[in-house]
Amino acid sequence: MSGGLAIDVSGLTKKFGSRTVVKDFSIQVPKGQVWGFLGPNGSGKTTTIRMLCGLLVPDSGRGKCLGYDIRTESAAIKRNVGYMTQRFSFYEDLSIRENLDFVARIYEMKDRGEAVDKAIAQLGLTKRQGQLAGQLSGGWKQRLALAACILHRPQLLLLDEPTAGVDPQARREFWEEIHMLAAQGLTVLVSTHYMDEAERCDRIVYLAYGTILARGTVDEVIANSKLYTWIVTGGEVRDLARELHDKPGIEQVSVFGITLHISGTDDAKLEKAIEPYRNRPGFTWTKSHPSLEDVFIHLMGPFREQVTG
Amino acid sequence: MLGISFGRIAAVFVKELIQMRRDRLTFAMIIGIPIVQLVLFGYAINSDPKHLPTALNVQDNSVFTRSLTAAIQNTGYFRITNIVHSEGEGEKLLASGGVAFLLTVPPQFSRALARGDKPSLLIEADASDPSAAANAMAAISQLPATVFNNDLKGALRPLQATAAPFNVVVHRRYNPEGITSYNVVPGLIGVILTMTMVLITALAVTREVERGTMENLLAMPLQPFEVMIGKIAPYIVMGYIQVTVVIVAALLLFGVPMLGSFFDLSVALAIFIAANLSVGFTISTIAQNQLQAMQMTFFFFLPSILLSGFMFPFRGMPAWAQVIGEVLPNTHFMRIVRGIMLKGSGLADLFGDIWPLLIFMVAVMALALVRYRRTLD
Repeated sequence: MSGGLAIDVSGLTKKFGSRTVVKDFSIQVPKGQVWGFLGPNGSGKTTTIRMLCGLLVPDSGRGKCLGYDIRTESAAIKRNVGYMTQRFSFYEDLSIRENLDFVARIYEMKDRGEAVDKAIAQLGLTKRQGQLAGQLSGGWKQRLALAACILHRPQLLLLDEPTAGVDPQARREFWEEIHMLAAQGLTVLVSTHYMDEAERCDRIVYLAYGTILARGTVDEVIANSKLYTWIVTGGEVRDLARELHDKPGIEQVSVFGITLHISGTDDAKLEKAIEPYRNRPGFTWTKSHPSLEDVFIHLMGPFREQVTG
Repeated sequence: MLGISFGRIAAVFVKELIQMRRDRLTFAMIIGIPIVQLVLFGYAINSDPKHLPTALNVQDNSVFTRSLTAAIQNTGYFRITNIVHSEGEGEKLLASGGVAFLLTVPPQFSRALARGDKPSLLIEADASDPSAAANAMAAISQLPATVFNNDLKGALRPLQATAAPFNVVVHRRYNPEGITSYNVVPGLIGVILTMTMVLITALAVTREVERGTMENLLAMPLQPFEVMIGKIAPYIVMGYIQVTVVIVAALLLFGVPMLGSFFDLSVALAIFIAANLSVGFTISTIAQNQLQAMQMTFFFFLPSILLSGFMFPFRGMPAWAQVIGEVLPNTHFMRIVRGIMLKGSGLADLFGDIWPLLIFMVAVMALALVRYRRTLD
């Protein structure tokens, strides 16, 4: 395989009609790492994942997934990749066990019964294995889907917003499992909208309108943003936010309950802009690092006017 | 605010119009179905079929026989398509459905006629569809009184005065009592299978698309052919169960005869069911959702019931409608099932209707496989 890389693609481009959904996409993901895929809705995350697992054929670009060519060897890729779709895509009118059994048959697993038993036990669903998948709650559905995706022991896991609409407890357990799998050598590419999940990834890739805008570790992405942020606490930060939001030098003002994040790319201009407000009673001003979210909103800035479908 | 607001009604009305315009298939159905029905019922359906193919077995060639043949064709109901030289040859044509009538002029016919012996002419009719044969039978029974008036000259003139110089003996074959249910009940097998088999496969695949499970199927190492066969096979079993129910009812409740072999019938059924299932599979590769799949199934079902010879005599339809009918699997199956049950025909007799079924099945399966998406593109 290509130097221990699970994914090695370059120049992937995909168009739907005249709209370019993914533009010149390149990444190299080493084996055993967990990479996060972030970006606003319609940024091309799902399309990219689908190209990686052979569900869509790229218009241009090339690359390998687990050493197999994504254009010509999609059958081999499908056998070695676990893909979890954004929408629950197992059979709601089959029981938990029947769903897993179906998957095991498709992958022609020799130790089918045993593998299914083990997966059900790991899920902790031995007693409920006869229950229809459609009756499961969102969190359980997503755990079932994950169990089904890793049943055939793939080497690469592609997860498309696996935790959308799932409660924090279930999300945390989900991520613990992801890291356990990664420790066993599985490579994971996961798309998400949650900042806390992004922070659990080894590397993050930020995609907007089909283009990679940032990549690296969380710290690198924050450092590379060249964004300066002040955090204000206390009092009526909402009123303050309204007054500040259109001042020159201030690019972003956002309220987090009783704290306010004020960001700009020009340190000096930003300080000048907030100068008249700093002495207001009841507020505490601290210069700080921007949060990942601040960085992403900032990255989105130049594109914000674009409309996608 | 209580009370009825026209503004709100208008809001819903406009929304419906917009949605209707976007859903082009439904729109096409709204326009298309009345037109299709109008054309079919208005032009294609004729319960008084004419120009029915007739085989002639003439064992006495004379001026009388020639007048007779001409007169028979002049009734408009008969069209001489085959000249046969033996009874067996004629029987075969009748059994395979190649002709609807077999007219036999016995040897010494004209001599017996001249002697005033009132000889008999034999007409054997394929009466498996009683309504198709009825008017033709009525027309031919008028013939004896007048047909030879021009030929009975000179010494034979006195024969003109007699009521009829010869008899027409009519044999209604395959369904002598003219019981409609003998014809309809076997035909129902084809109609029921066409409807359920096409619809059920069309829905089974479209449901995967609609529920999002298709994406998962595509992401797994499954070949299109594997999906197709895996999906179709259970419904073949279901088709056989349906057929068993209909046949048991046909035999016990309606007393329909079963003259042929059950083996022959099951072979023909396998091809017919597979042909219908592949139509359903093809529909599912085109339809976006289950509603569209149902609409398309209906579009296929309509001609299958109207143009197949199930409801109306096939030979009564105009040529263009017969051409469409010949493409439909139900048309051929209708002839096969009636042939096997009512006439005792074997697969060899019915080969002329088996091969079109086979070709249809292979062609549509190929189309389905080509259309089946391996990717989400």
